[in-house]
Formats: sequence, C-alpha cells, structure tokens
Amino acid sequence: MDHHSRRTFLAFFCAAFLTALPFGPLFAADAIKLGVAGAHSGDLASYGLPTVKAAELVVKEINAKGGVLGRQVELLVEDDVCKPELATNTATKLVSQNVNAVIGHICSGATKAALGIYKDAKLVVISPSATNPDLTQSGQYPNFYRTIASDDAQARMEVEFAIGKLKVKKIAVLHDKGDYGKGLAEYAKKFIEESKKATVVLFEGITPGAVDYSAVVQKIKRADAEAVIYGGYHPEASSIVAQMRKKGMKIFFISDDGVKDDTFIKVAQKYAEGVYATGPRDTTKNPLAISAIEAHKKAYGADPGAFFLNGIAATQAILNAMQKAGSTDYAALGQALQTQFVETPLGKIKFDKRGDAIGVGFSVYQVRKGVYVEVK
Amino acid sequence: MKASAEFIKSFFISLWFMLLTFPILVIRVNTIEKVVEWRWRNMAFIGIGSFLLSFVWRWLLSRKEKGRQPAETGNVETLPLGRRLLAEPRIYRPALTALALFTIAFPLLFSSYQTNIMTTALIYVMLGLGLNIVVGLAGLLDLGYVAFYAVGAYSYALLNHHFGLGFWAILPVGGLLGALFGILLGFPVLRLRGDYLAIVTLGFGEIIRLILENWNAFSFGPSGIANISRPGLFGISMTLNEATIYIYYLMVALCLFTIFVVNRLQDSRIGRAWIALREDEVACQAMGIDKTRTKLTAFALGATWAGMVGVIFAAKTTFINPACFTFMESAMILSIVVLGGMGSIAGVILGALILILTPEYLRAFSAYRMLLFGTAMVLMMVFRPQGIVTNIRRVYRYGTKGKESRPAQA
Amino acid sequence: MSSGPRFDMDYFLELAIGGLTRGSIYALIALGYTMVYGIIELINFAHGEIYMIGAFTALIVASVLTMNGMTGVSVLILASVVAVLYAAAYGFTVEKIAYKPLRQAPRLSPLISAIGMSIFLQNYVLIAQTSDFLPFPNLLPVLPFMEPYSHIMGSTELIIVLTTALATAALTFFIKFTKLGKAMRATAQDRHMAMLVGVNVNRVISNTFIVGSALAAIGGVLIASHIGRINFSIGFITGIKAFTAAVLGGIGSIPGAVLGGLVLGWTESFATGYVSSDYEDVFAFCLLVLILIFRPAGILGRSSVQKV
Repeated sequence: MDHHSRRTFLAFFCAAFLTALPFGPLFAADAIKLGVAGAHSGDLASYGLPTVKAAELVVKEINAKGGVLGRQVELLVEDDVCKPELATNTATKLVSQNVNAVIGHICSGATKAALGIYKDAKLVVISPSATNPDLTQSGQYPNFYRTIASDDAQARMEVEFAIGKLKVKKIAVLHDKGDYGKGLAEYAKKFIEESKKATVVLFEGITPGAVDYSAVVQKIKRADAEAVIYGGYHPEASSIVAQMRKKGMKIFFISDDGVKDDTFIKVAQKYAEGVYATGPRDTTKNPLAISAIEAHKKAYGADPGAFFLNGIAATQAILNAMQKAGSTDYAALGQALQTQFVETPLGKIKFDKRGDAIGVGFSVYQVRKGVYVEVK
Repeated sequence: MKASAEFIKSFFISLWFMLLTFPILVIRVNTIEKVVEWRWRNMAFIGIGSFLLSFVWRWLLSRKEKGRQPAETGNVETLPLGRRLLAEPRIYRPALTALALFTIAFPLLFSSYQTNIMTTALIYVMLGLGLNIVVGLAGLLDLGYVAFYAVGAYSYALLNHHFGLGFWAILPVGGLLGALFGILLGFPVLRLRGDYLAIVTLGFGEIIRLILENWNAFSFGPSGIANISRPGLFGISMTLNEATIYIYYLMVALCLFTIFVVNRLQDSRIGRAWIALREDEVACQAMGIDKTRTKLTAFALGATWAGMVGVIFAAKTTFINPACFTFMESAMILSIVVLGGMGSIAGVILGALILILTPEYLRAFSAYRMLLFGTAMVLMMVFRPQGIVTNIRRVYRYGTKGKESRPAQA
Repeated sequence: MSSGPRFDMDYFLELAIGGLTRGSIYALIALGYTMVYGIIELINFAHGEIYMIGAFTALIVASVLTMNGMTGVSVLILASVVAVLYAAAYGFTVEKIAYKPLRQAPRLSPLISAIGMSIFLQNYVLIAQTSDFLPFPNLLPVLPFMEPYSHIMGSTELIIVLTTALATAALTFFIKFTKLGKAMRATAQDRHMAMLVGVNVNRVISNTFIVGSALAAIGGVLIASHIGRINFSIGFITGIKAFTAAVLGGIGSIPGAVLGGLVLGWTESFATGYVSSDYEDVFAFCLLVLILIFRPAGILGRSSVQKV
C-alpha cells in the first residue's frame, strides 16, 4: 500500500468517525411516540405537509384533554421526500427512536419500501394517502392500514358513474405518469374495457409541471371523447380543465381523490364548474370535518391541503385504537383497529383484515357554484 | 478598511437584504380572511442577521484571499497541517488501525438506523468513485450518471422478479450491463465537448427514466418493483437487523475493493491517458493516444461501477421505482465529486459522507433541513472551491527513490 | 390511438400554435441561460428559481393590489414591474454571493454552487410562503378581437408570443447597439482581453445576470397566467427544459435561444399530437441528441475551431 491509498483510508475512517456521532434520545420515555413520515420537502411536499398539520392538530387537542392512556402524545416528524431509499432511512430512524406507531408514508412507493422495516419491528402503519392496491390486497403487509380508498376502488366508481349515470360511450383516460395517477388510470381503462359499454378512445400520460397542455387537449378533442377520466393530482387537473374549457370543450371531466380538494376549485376558478371527482362520502356535512377544517384555518390561516382529512382520520384512528386496546402493543393495536369503530371526519370507520377502511363510503362529487356537492 | 466604513457597508447590505426578502418573507396573503399578513418580525431577523453575517462573510473571504496569495507569489507550497500529520507513519499507523477497528465495530456500537444511513453513504461513495473516473480523471462532464445506476438496479429487480436470480449472480451482470450502456452512450457523444456533452448526458439520463416510467409491460411503470430479495449469505435466513449489518459489511468490502481498483487504475496506462486527455485533448492525440478508445473506456468503466451499485441499491431498499433515478440524483453524485475534490479518492469519500449524512443529521432541524443543506453547498464552494481534498499533482522524479511519487515540495 | 390517414389542417395548425406558445416561454427563459453561459460559461441552475421567485412576487403584489380594490391592466403592469425588479435584484444578489467569489475557481465549482443555490431558493420560498399550489389570477387582458379564434389561439397565447418577440427584439437591439451590450459581447469573446481594453468585467457580468433574470420574471408572469397556478417547485423542470432549448439553438447565441425554444416547443407539441404525450420528453431529448451529433454546436452556434 502506498502513501496515497493510506491517506485515503485514513480520511475515510476519520470521516466515518466524525459523522457517526450518535444523537442521544431526545424525548422522555413516558410519552407515546407517533411517527409522521412523508414528503415534507421537494416537489411533492404539498401532499405530505398537510398530514403533518393534521397530526399536529389532533395531537394538540388530545394532549389538552390529558393525552392517551394518561400519557402525552409526541410526534416525530420525518421527511422522506417520497423517495424509496430515503423512506427506508426514515423508517429505521423512527424504529430506533422507539415510536409506538407510524402515520404515513405519503407516496405508495415510499410506503412499500418502508413497510418491511416496520413489519420487522412490529409497528402499525396508517397511511392517509398511499393508494396502491397491492399494499392491502397482496397480504404481504399485515401491519398496514389506510384511510383512503385504493386505486381500483376509485377507478371502478369513476367508470361506473361515467357509463351508468353520464351514459358516455367514448372515454379518454389521462394520467400524470405518477405512482398514483397511472395506477388509477390503468384500472379505469381495464374496467371500461371489461364493461364493453364504452370504449377508451385515448389513453395517455401527461407531463406534470409542463408549461402548456394544449396539445393533449387538442388530442382529446380530435378523439371525439365524451368524457375524460383523469388520474392524478389537482394542479395538472386544473390546467387541463382550464385549457379544455378555453377551447370551448364542454365534455365531462371525472377525477379522483387527488382532485377532490378545495384548492382545485380555488386554482381552476370558474373552469372548475361541473367537474366530477370521487372522494369520501359526506365530508362536507360531517361536523368533525367542518371543525377540523376550521381548526386548520385558525391555526395556519389557510385552507388545508391535500389529504388533510385523511390525515386527521388516520391520527384519530390510531390514537383511538391505543385508547381502546389499553396499550400500544402491536397485536392489541391491530385487533382494536379491526374491531373498534372511531368517529372521524371521513365517517365512523374501522378497518378490514387487509387494512382498508370500512365505513368510508365513497361517492361522486361535482363542483357546483364553487363548492363540491355530493351527486346523489 | 476602517471600522466605520465596514460598519456602513454592512448597514447597506442589511438594508438590501431586508428589501430583497420583503415580498416573500414579510407579506403573506391570507386567502381565507382576504387580509394581508405582515410579518415584520422576519424583516427584523433578516436585517440583524445579514448585518452580522456580512462581517463574517468579509472576514472569511479576506482570509481565503490571504491564503491564496503565498501560493501564487512564491512557489513554495506548504502542506496543510492535516496532510503533514498524515504523512507521518507514527501517527497514521495507529490512526488507521483505530479507524479500521471503528469501521468494523460500527454496527455493533450504533443503532441500525446509523448503520443504515452509513450504508447509504457508502453506496454514494462507490457512485462518487465511479463518476470520478469519468469527470475527475477523464474530464468528461456527465450529468446523466444516474442512468447507469438505474440500469443496474432494474436489471437486478427484473431478473430477480422474473427468474428468481440471486444477488451474487446479478452483481457482475449489473456491472456489465452498465458498461454496455456506457459504451452505447459514449459512441454518439464522442465528438461533443464540455457542456454540450453535459446536456446530452442529462438528456440520456432523462430518457432512461422516462422509458422506465412509461413502459409498463417491461418495468412495471411508476409503481415500481417491490419485494426484491436482499443479498444472501449461503442460504442463511436473516432478520432485518442482521441483514442491515450484513449489507453494511458488504458495502465496506466493496468500497475497499473500489478504492483499490480506482487507485490502481489511476496509475495505469489508461489512467494516465485519461488525465492527459483531460488536460489537453489535442496534445494527447498528438502523443499517439487513441482518443476514441480512451473516452469509451472512461464511460464504460465509470458506468460499470454505477451498474454494480445499482444492484446493491435495489437489494438494500428491496423496492425501486423510476422516481429513485431523477436528475437530482445525478446532480448529487456530481456534487460529491466536485465538493470532495475532483480526481481525489479521499476527497470523493469525504464528499459522499458529508453530502449524504448532512441531510440525515440535519433532521433535527426538520423544516430547515434542505435550506441549510443548500446553504452549506454554496458556502463550501465559495470558501473551498477546489474541493475539500485538493488533488495534488504527482511529480515523477528521477534518482533518490525510484518511481515513488511525492507531492511537489521544491 | 391512430391519428387517421387524412391530414387535418386545423389540427396541425392548433398543434403548431400550441407549440409556438410553449416554445416562446422556453425561449424567454432560455435567453437568461444563454446570456449567462455566453459570458461566464456557467450553467446557472438557479435561473429556474429566479423565474419562480418572479412569479411569486407578481402573485403577492397582485393579491395585495386586488385586495385594496385595484383592478384591470394597472394590476398587471404594477405586478410585472415589481416582479421584474425583484427578479433582477435576486439574480444580482445570487451572482454576488454564489458565483463572484468563484471566478478563479475550477470550472465545475460554480456549477455545484448553483445547484446549492437552487436548493436554497426553493426551500426559502417553501418555508416563507407555502408548499401548496396557489391560484394565479389571469392578469393578462382578454382581447375581444381574438375571441372568435379562441379555439385555435386565445388572447393569452397571442400575448405570450408577442411579448417574447418584443423582448427578443429589445434584447437584440440592446446587445447590438448599446455600449453595455458591446461590453457584454467583448467579455463573452475574451474576458481578459475585454479587461485589458478597459471593460469593467464584474459590472458586465452583474448586468448580464440582471437582464437575464428580468427576462425570466417576464416569463414567470406569463407562464403563471397561462397555467393559472404556482408553487415553489415550478422552476426546476422548466429551467431544465429552457436550458435544453438554449443548447439546442447553440448556447451563447440569442437568436439561437429563441429558435431552440421554438423547435423544442414544436417537437413536444407535435410529438404529443401525432404520437403520444407519454414520450413527449423522450422526443425532445432525442431531438437534442440528434442535433448535437450532426451539429455539435447547436443549430445556430458557431463551432469553435480548436487552436493549438
């Protein structure tokens, strides 16, 4: 070994030593620790941060009432930027800090990467927004629960609505090429083809963050579609709807939970009128939902963002399960989640064996006069 | 400069920053109550903060200037203290042993979280060393390095998913596929120079990612591939914790192997050809070096490492999707190489550890994590643009000790 | 979906105009890249963030004005002017902090500094404002005479194209005929020589950043009005596209940046229209690779003869 490589080794070990200085435990042992993991920076932060705020609000309220099982609840908020590799770091960090349960992650990909680690550590995970059907249907993640409908459930509802209620024959299916949007769009396409009552005239992914969507809008027009089913989030949806309406296209626009968000109406403004979106039933009249949104407005001075109510429901569900189970033990928690109902902004819910929420009825909403109204 | 002048200068700087950050930092429009929220406190913070920091900034800059002058005027280059210490056998031998022991004991001393992030950092050490061949040695700016990383990761994920092939069988395959793609990319871009090369490689990286995202039948699209097997060890079944530790040791071993190879490569015929090519393409050709072959080997060898690391990455996270391989990832690997010091192995290692571990340890600052990270990147470049470890040019001298290389001291 | 055998002229025209709009926006931002690159050979990754900050400033100013009862074109003008001024100030400050101390540094160091700056500015806006998408009011006036043609080209599109044309013309004039423009060209050709003949190089570089950032802010206001929403991360992807456009046209060349933007816009638009938007970006990058293979200096770039 020559001088050069010796120095290399030395530098290497020095660095390893310096950077590995461990951080001691930051919290007292007697509090209940709830991990909150998701994208809190980067381009998907707008889907992760509302859940943090939701958890903060719920925990603040519960702590003011004396906490859970007589213990205060503490949140450990960790960022995963929706990246699978960072999600595993986040997960091991939360595990090594001895959290009692985890709310998260936000993106299905990151959730899948992290779940194995939680499973090994026997931790319950509740996601407010990971919709990939595999998460519950594959049976590989017994510790996973969610307060949102899976892609296939939403897609089925959208397709049935389009074919049954709106009686359309030609449907254009669009998606944002993402985890969530494309998964949903693929199911929608499958269900339309299976129904044999309508045809998919266009199936395309749009580029999120593009400066203009006129080309794809022209294409929808040219395909003579009577309705568009869009899988994805509200920012792109609002641009597409606006450009469609500006071009004088009055066809139906049907989308998902990612669009059933008041921000969509604020952004798309008059163009939002008439848009359909699926989402949890009767949130607009549920007193808990109304008070949660009020609390958010009071605390942060703005309307809540995406998946806020799902985040509230997830936090309430897990804390309720702890209270009912009388412990934070993994088996007892799972048992409580599957048997005990809890009142949430999404309705009175519990979970089935696979981890999907029971009691979150889904319905189709339409924007009428600037608000989402449930379509009966 | 006189104290009063300094004071006035700082005053104007703080005034400028207060003005600059005014709309974004002070005004916030409350869309609910339709009122404007004025956060004057932020302005005060900025004012005081920038006033004080401007002194520090100038002091540091002047120190940097002073540091540079002797090096420019005189030829005498004094080695920094750290280096002199490292050149002393009595000091570095025990230090080396201690560090070797520390590395070995690391997973036993710290939690699996620490081991896990250290493994991530080691993955980037290998990526950095691989890119260092292309950028640091051959001087070809590659902004799409992540493409080869993706090739390796997907080759393991797909072969494992469809045929159940194991980690050890795919590790070399990943490397080979990486090399193949490196050559594929290398051919068309041979004529390009500098930043044109950079943008084409960037495009190439994006093309690979977009194909993975769109071609569902092949790559399972954006939902990615889950449940990839972890590396095996003679069929022993391991708990997650044991697996984490096992992968850590695996990475340490692979890093040592990489360091060994790259170090050998530097001194080889092809290594010297790369450096010559980086310094002067025309002169290099005139000396009879085959430019095409030299460039292609650089691309291929750099990509080989990325392909191999990709396999390990897929095995470590057990889940991959196209979002793991964005342009930001390439930018991060490039930052590791430049920040550490181009062409220097120790530098790349330090760079990787700093850039990957800093955001992890900054988690304590939660919301300000990435803000501080960005600031740190700018500051490190401003105050140490040549990187943390400067690559000392080898001087080959006749006589005394044969071919042994020494830093220039005369 | 097959596009059918017949050639549909209307469809073609619509795609062409969509591409023109998109291309104009790329061109406006590409101008900033190309100017900075021409002078200090730096890929200014923070340029996309400057455009984002321009859009944010315009939104904030516009909201404050509308809340105080102002309406119409005056809001547009005031918001744009403030946005342009602030973007210029940010560009100037970023250069002073992150690039100026690096004049003598190895070539790639400013690049890393730029990436760091980009991360910093994104998170600065994220923390100071919000992570959510904010609705951007359509500040651009609706031109009544365009209404009958709105299915092909709306007034927003027309304004975007015209503004880009005007800005490019003004910039070309500025570079060609003013003293500062001449100094810029001199600095771009040979920095040391320019210094020797008495050009204040530091000032020229500062001015380049100011002009480039101002153009980015105009682009920011236009795009935000066109797509109707902004958040802190919009700058990154548009920045990369615009940089691609600049290289496509031949980096360092102003007509090149515009042409590159338009070619990129049209490629994307036609690729979406006639093939599939799934591979919209793949087409854009493939075109880039092809052009650079056959014309290594871009469409309008002069290939520099290497001297020994």
